[in-house]
Amino acid sequence: MAKVTMTVNGKTVSGEVEGRTLLSTFLRDGLGLTGTHVGCDTSQCGACTVHVDGKQVKGCTVFAMDVAGAEVRTIEGMANADGSLSRIQQAFQDHHGLQCGFCTPGMVMAAASLLAVNPKPSEAEVRHHLEGNICRCTGYHNIVKAVLAASGQDVSQIAAE
Amino acid sequence: MPKDGGIGASTKRREDVRFLTGKGRYTDDINIRGQAYAWFIRSDVAHGKINSINTAAAEAMPGVAKVFTAADFAGVGGIPCGWQVTDRFGKPMQEPKHPVLADGKVRHVGDPIAVVVADTLEQARDAAEAVEIDITQLPPVLDMKAALAADAPKVHEELTSNLCYDWGFVEENKAAVEEAFKDAAHVTTLELVNNRLVANPMEPRVAVGDYESHSGQHTLYTTSQNPHVIRLLMGAFVLGIPEHKLRVVAPDVGGGFGSKIYHYAEEAFVTFAAKTLGRPVKWTSSRSEAFISDAQGRDHVTRIELALDAANNFTAVRTETYANMGAYLSTFAPSIPTWLHGTLMAGNYRTPLIYVNVKAVFTNTVPVDAYRGAGRPEATYQLERVIDKAARELGVDPVALRRQNFIQPDQFPYQTPVAVVYDTGNYTATMDKLLEISDHAGFAARAAESAARGKWRGFGIAHYIEACGIAPSNLVGQLGARAGLYESATVRVNATGSISVYTGSHSHGQGHETSFAQVVAEMIGLDAGQIEIVHGDTSNTPMGMGTYGSRSLAVGGSAIVKATNKIINKAKKIAAHLLEASDSDIELKDGKFTVAGTDKSVDWVGVTLAAYVPHNYPLENMEPGLEETAFYDPSNFTYPSGAYGCEVEVDPETGKVDILAFSAADDFGNIVNPMIVEGQVQGGLAQGIGQALMENCVYDENGQLLSGSFMDYAMPRADDLPMFKVDHSCCTPCTHNPLGVKGCGEAGAIGSPPAVVNAVIDAIQRAGRTDITHIDMPLTPSRVWSALN
Repeated sequence: MAKVTMTVNGKTVSGEVEGRTLLSTFLRDGLGLTGTHVGCDTSQCGACTVHVDGKQVKGCTVFAMDVAGAEVRTIEGMANADGSLSRIQQAFQDHHGLQCGFCTPGMVMAAASLLAVNPKPSEAEVRHHLEGNICRCTGYHNIVKAVLAASGQDVSQIAAE
Repeated sequence: MPKDGGIGASTKRREDVRFLTGKGRYTDDINIRGQAYAWFIRSDVAHGKINSINTAAAEAMPGVAKVFTAADFAGVGGIPCGWQVTDRFGKPMQEPKHPVLADGKVRHVGDPIAVVVADTLEQARDAAEAVEIDITQLPPVLDMKAALAADAPKVHEELTSNLCYDWGFVEENKAAVEEAFKDAAHVTTLELVNNRLVANPMEPRVAVGDYESHSGQHTLYTTSQNPHVIRLLMGAFVLGIPEHKLRVVAPDVGGGFGSKIYHYAEEAFVTFAAKTLGRPVKWTSSRSEAFISDAQGRDHVTRIELALDAANNFTAVRTETYANMGAYLSTFAPSIPTWLHGTLMAGNYRTPLIYVNVKAVFTNTVPVDAYRGAGRPEATYQLERVIDKAARELGVDPVALRRQNFIQPDQFPYQTPVAVVYDTGNYTATMDKLLEISDHAGFAARAAESAARGKWRGFGIAHYIEACGIAPSNLVGQLGARAGLYESATVRVNATGSISVYTGSHSHGQGHETSFAQVVAEMIGLDAGQIEIVHGDTSNTPMGMGTYGSRSLAVGGSAIVKATNKIINKAKKIAAHLLEASDSDIELKDGKFTVAGTDKSVDWVGVTLAAYVPHNYPLENMEPGLEETAFYDPSNFTYPSGAYGCEVEVDPETGKVDILAFSAADDFGNIVNPMIVEGQVQGGLAQGIGQALMENCVYDENGQLLSGSFMDYAMPRADDLPMFKVDHSCCTPCTHNPLGVKGCGEAGAIGSPPAVVNAVIDAIQRAGRTDITHIDMPLTPSRVWSALN
């Protein structure tokens, strides 16, 4: 066991971890930040997606030790300062971009990462970017729509019905 | 337009806020002080005899509390099956024992043999390596037809063979069906495989057991679609715990699609171990473990024949299906290929004679049970594929052939030859709507454009019918169900007028907290924000059967309507007293009680306060309080239907299929929340397209699961799918439930596989390869290319 220190959602945190402790495990079990979900064991599903130093990372593919000193952001750190839903979160609610909610934290983190570098993505770019995040409920239709809406684009013409 | 919050409004989901901020509470988020962690040691061979298990070294390792084996479960019941099918000779199905932990034999890769419980998960995992298990491998039984050979090895020694049942439906029609085939002008035959699937909800299963020694109270937190069913099955049949000492909680659940209906060994294990060890025990499935322990879906091998007369009218359908049960009977497994499959073989058509034969077979594979649609996708796939094939053989338009044979709008209620009575429907209308929204008329031009790019474009159509809300209970009892299929609701009106609704349904993505509140809001005329929906905990909800089979709104919603009507009736009596009027003169509108034809009124809160502060109250005639419970047992199934259209492009060089457009015209009866309904259809379409193009659960010749992770089992990702066109404007309300609703959760997964395959065959045949009449799902590039070359 060794001590690891990092910044999570703007707060400095530390905890004892084993060398094999994954970042996702540290966040969930060490810090109680259970919004980061674990949906697979092969880094395929993306439910554990978080930001490390501003970059999109699957929390189950890095050891907690390896991000010592880094700035980590999780779904718990995505709302506005007053606690209201951020633009991306609000778009997911407005466009029914989630059902069971399990993949949702990863989807929001991935979408935020896309919009940070590509503020007005095309539908194809959104779909390509979300390729590492599996959703089993929505068929992606409304997730893609939500991300396009969050980017400020008009989605009223996208077939909803 | 209804006001926001009532029936018909696309009210935004209230549950989203917690899910979007990381505040959802899923089972794996529950940790109890002092809990130990369970690690299951599972069979790595498909079939074998357990010679010995030595746990001594593991039990001496740091942090290990105990290593459990079958010996610890002597005197504990096995995992029960909830449905007994009677075979075509009147005999009950063969029903093998299903021990919590493998006892003497292992029967599939993943069969649990021993469980290490330790202070930390890492310690449990490390100690598992030290458990010595000696197994002699036996030849595995994998192919269903080979499993029925007289000299086949037996999955279960105590049974006479690997045949679970040989079911015929309707047995009395068999001879007449054979006569009809002799008289047919044309017979179309198709052999097909309905590929085995893995449900893969994104949240793996989790179970946490807790026990209070001073009260004898057990609590199980579990990823379930139906906590009351788990309490009943596990309490009564496995562990012998009476209901008042067993609480089952299914909190936020991350998807289910059927796979979280069943009672699993891990639930019984943690409940048992928590008492044995005197501390909470937690088990969290890894995804790899889910692939070898969650019940899987489909896996039918079918030969279907369609007989037509000289005028192309369907005269008979005959099928023979081999249905894989896997190694044990999962909770509802026997009902899927029978009552949820055979009864749907009329489809949307007037076929007068139908005979369905199903042989259910045990194999050394993971148990198979309901997966989104459950039997109905298998029925729809066969029918809609064979009709398309018949149209091609006869040189007629597949749309026209379907229309000609549709049950007509004026023929409802319609008694099919396979027992069920469709109450309403208008298949011509859904077909018309589909052709409109899919721009079927413009297909030829689009096909020409594809051809100019060297691609083959095809259009495929399927029309489905589904039976939802399986009921009534006395009928399903006759069919072999060992449970009722009603639903329950308690509506508790609080003193200051807010309402808590306790439902036996369970939401694991369906949005009940929003749509159920809309129903009550509409009935009373309140803002939906005043209504709270509570579900998932047996300690505060009435006994209910849970959520599956697209039943929640049709059955659970009806129970809520029934309980709310009781509330309204009582509230009107209270209002009548307060207003010094007759009960029958009281009208309720927009949350206000008025004496008809007068301006005398009392508002909702005036009545609810009077109910709980009964100072001015007819205590001699009526109890105080305002709380009602209702159980609703439907008189019939509901029958959603719809027309689906898929447009594909096939790359003849690679065999790759791209879905260019997918349109769905559904008739779900009345709709409470259109936004949620559209989302359900879109999700169902994705799973159905997944089955048609990429998903396949594959075992090798040794019974090893080859598709055992998300790296090997392909599911649709965002860039595999188009935007969908979903329409639900065709509406023939259900006639026998108070909301007139039919259910929408499974439709997408039922109607889409045949639409996709029909589209691919259409593309291939339009390109001149009329020799190719069928390709089995999934239509991967490799399979399509192989068919072409």
